[in-house]
Order: sequence, then structure tokens, then C-alpha cells
Amino acid sequence: MNIKLEIWRQKDAKSKGGFVTYPLDGVSEGMSFLEMMDFLNTTLIKKGDEPVAFEHDCREGICGSCSLYINGRAHGPAHETTTCELRMTKFRNGDRIVVEPWRSKAFPLIKDLIVDRSSFEKIMQAGGFISVNTGAAPEANSIPIPKNHADEAFDSAVCVGCGACVATCKNSSAMLFVSAKISQLALLPQGQVEAKTRVQNMVTKMDDLGFGNCTNTGACEAECPKGIKIANIARMNREFICAKMGAQKMSL
Amino acid sequence: MSAKKLNSKFAHLITKDDNFKKLSINFFIFTKISIIMSNSILQYSSITKKIVMALVGLFLLMFLLVHLAVNSFLIFDPSRTLFNEGAHFMATNPIIQTMQYVLFGGFILHIILGITLQIQNWMARPVRYKMEGWSHTSPFSKFMIHTGIIIFIFLTIHFINFFLVAKFGEIPSFGDTEMEDMGLLVIQVFKMPGYVAFYVIALILLAFHLHHAFQSAFQSLGMNHSKYTPFIKGLSTVVSVVIALGFILIPLVIFFSSRYQA
Repeated sequence: MNIKLEIWRQKDAKSKGGFVTYPLDGVSEGMSFLEMMDFLNTTLIKKGDEPVAFEHDCREGICGSCSLYINGRAHGPAHETTTCELRMTKFRNGDRIVVEPWRSKAFPLIKDLIVDRSSFEKIMQAGGFISVNTGAAPEANSIPIPKNHADEAFDSAVCVGCGACVATCKNSSAMLFVSAKISQLALLPQGQVEAKTRVQNMVTKMDDLGFGNCTNTGACEAECPKGIKIANIARMNREFICAKMGAQKMSL
Repeated sequence: MSAKKLNSKFAHLITKDDNFKKLSINFFIFTKISIIMSNSILQYSSITKKIVMALVGLFLLMFLLVHLAVNSFLIFDPSRTLFNEGAHFMATNPIIQTMQYVLFGGFILHIILGITLQIQNWMARPVRYKMEGWSHTSPFSKFMIHTGIIIFIFLTIHFINFFLVAKFGEIPSFGDTEMEDMGLLVIQVFKMPGYVAFYVIALILLAFHLHHAFQSAFQSLGMNHSKYTPFIKGLSTVVSVVIALGFILIPLVIFFSSRYQA
């Protein structure tokens, strides 16, 4: 399979970047997208060129390291699939494939296709946790949790924090990520203790970091590799309204 | 009625009519209040802005329904009696007259919030993609600011053509009643092919705007439910089609029917 890649190359955060076209011959259909990128880098290194920098780790769709905006879609054309699990069978011989980094003010570019996603960590540090005393694990059955709540919390918790929602949103909004993290705790009894402060702190942090505003287009839901639903955003809005209107005044 | 004639009427109002001055001052004060309100709302979080946008939007939708109901009188009764009575009630009822300022404030708030949120959203992605917009989403949701701007232009022209003329123009009384013959003004304007075409296009864009807006407001207010959300989305389509089609049918019937004579 022969393809033509158009890849964003940028030396570092301050340099001016641009697209470079790489024709690539001998790509196997069985390759994953990242294996194809490795193959490209091997040929670049052999020629003495600088390989393309991209982020990856587990390559089995659970770590959230891989990114890449492929042909106008976050994580490429496959539904509910991370880039590392995307196969080259999704492309045809002679295809032109445009590969871009995530674009967002809150995700500054580091090099080539790598962006700094530490904004997500800052949001988590603002409230995406529960405070418990360490020690022996408590008896699991001492707090009864309805099965459907546990399931919903799990569905929200599968978010790997890859940032595809921000990348694909026309407003660069992080609402799907933040709402998934708020939901997984809001649905469980353990999350209730800090529920009111959590939602306010995390939303404030999200706004401060320069993410855009949600306009309910649903693009995030369509592109999320883990199938997180925008029902989470509605839940976050409910939590936020309750916290703002019901809780004591707090200085954020 | 030609644009030139309208303009001369308008110029006369500004210089001579005290009532106009009074109303302008009132509107100025309400604009000021709305701007102050939007300024303070802009300091709140993104979710608060979303919620205010949703609530104001739903309020504006209520206005559209009332407006459509009054307009439809002209179709149900070509003799204009029903419509003129409706218009007379709207122009004289103290509650409606007070709500007119609230409505005006609502529009200002919705417009200012919409534009500032959009600017913030554009700023959130300083470098754009080479290829974008391939996600499977509602097509209308992507163009809210564009449809909104065209609706705003339409509203401004509409406001000058009807509202200002109704308030300050010389409209003949209807038969031997004390009511003004607003129906005649509407028929005169709706006999102009250019205006009817512009009206139809603007209302189609309003349908696109509402198609996303109605269900989106519920989502913003936190109302997303596995049982009711599919219904709300369906209702959103129905509301947008009914409102736009209702408004569009009235000028079309007046334009093509010989029962209405200007």
C-alpha cells in the first residue's frame, strides 16, 4: 500500500511550523497507525532526517497517551478507537493522510505532533479526587451502591484523558473530560463529601486554563474513543447549579 | 411603502415627536442595564453563562410563540378585525408594555453573551486545523453565530419597519374604531416581493437556529435523561419547523392571495 502523508512539523514551541509531505511505500494493511508512523520514522532516520515526534505508550487503547488529528478527526476515522488501535485497513492505496497535533490554547505544542496536556492534570488537582484516610481497605459491602449507579460511574471512569474531546470541539471546550471526572465521583457515595466544592473548583480551573465554552454540538461525544456521553455534561451542569445555589459561599 | 418614504417618516419622528424621545430614553436605560448585566455575567463561570444563555433563549422563544399567534389572526380573519384587535391589545395592555422592555433586554443579553462567548471560543483555538469539521454532529449547531447574526440584521430591519412605524408613524384608524389599522401596514409590506423573500430566508435561518437551540437549552440546564431527551430532541425539530413555517406562511398567503389588498 502506498500513501502520501502530510504531517505537521515544528521544531519546538517557539519555532514556526508547517506541513511536510512524505510519500510512503510498502505500508502493510495490518499495521496500526502508530506502526505506520514508526515505519515512516525508520525511513526518515535511514535518510538521516529528524524522525516525527508523536506521543504513545501502551498501544492498547487504555493509557490516553496517543493523540493525532487524522484527516480532520481526532484519533482518525474509526469509531470509538484510539489512534494506537486504528488499523491501516481504514485507508486505501494512494490515500492522502493529513496528520495534525491537537489544537487548543490550553494544549500548547511542544514538538511536531506532541502537545502539553498537563492542563488536564491541573483540573484533576483542583478537585478530581476523594480524601480518605489511608490504612486497611474498608469492607466492600459496608456501603451499598445501586448496580446502575456503579455501572454509570464506571462508564464515566473509562475516560483516559487523551484530550480528543478538546481537540475535536469547535470551541476547544474541555467539558466532556471534566464532566466525566465529576460524574464518576458524583454517582458514588464516596464522592459526596467533597461534591459541592469539587464541581466549583474544577470548573473554575477549567475556565482559567483557557478552554472554550460548550455549545452542545456533541462533537466530543461523536469522537470520544471511550464513548463518554454528553449526558455527563448535563450532570455536571446540575451538580454546578446545586453547588452554586445550595452550598455556602466559598472563595475560589 | 418605499424605503425613502420610511426614512423621511423616521427623520420627522426624531425631530418632532416627544413620545419618541421618551421611548428612546427608556430603551437607552434598558440597553444600559442589559449591558451592565451582561458585563457582570461575563465574570461568572462558563456554565453560568451557558445557563443564562439557555434561560434567555427560552424566554425569547415564548415571545416568538405569542408573536406568531397574533400574526396568525391575519390569516384567520382577512377582514383584519381580529388582527387589529390583537395589535391594539398588545399596544395598550400595561403588562405587555412592561414586558416589551424585558424582551428588549433579553435580546440585548442574548446577543452580547452570544458574541462574547463566540469570541472566547475562537480565542481558545489560536491555530486552526488544516482539515476540520468532519465529526458527525448536528450541522446546525456549528453555525449558531452565523444564523444569529443574520437573524439580528433581520430583526433590526423588522423593528424599523413595523415597531417604530406602529409607535410613531401615521397609521389610519381601522374603520370608525379607535384602533389603528396595523393589518393594513402588514399587508402593504407583505405585498413587496423583496421583503417577502428576505423574510422567508431569515425565517428559514431562524428554524436552523431553533433546531439546535431548543434541545440545547435543556442540556445546558442539566436536563438530559435517557427517557425524555429523545422526546425533547424531537420536540426541538417540531418547534423549529412549526414556528418558521407558521411565520413564513403568513406573508406568502398575503402576497399571493387577492383577498388581501394594500
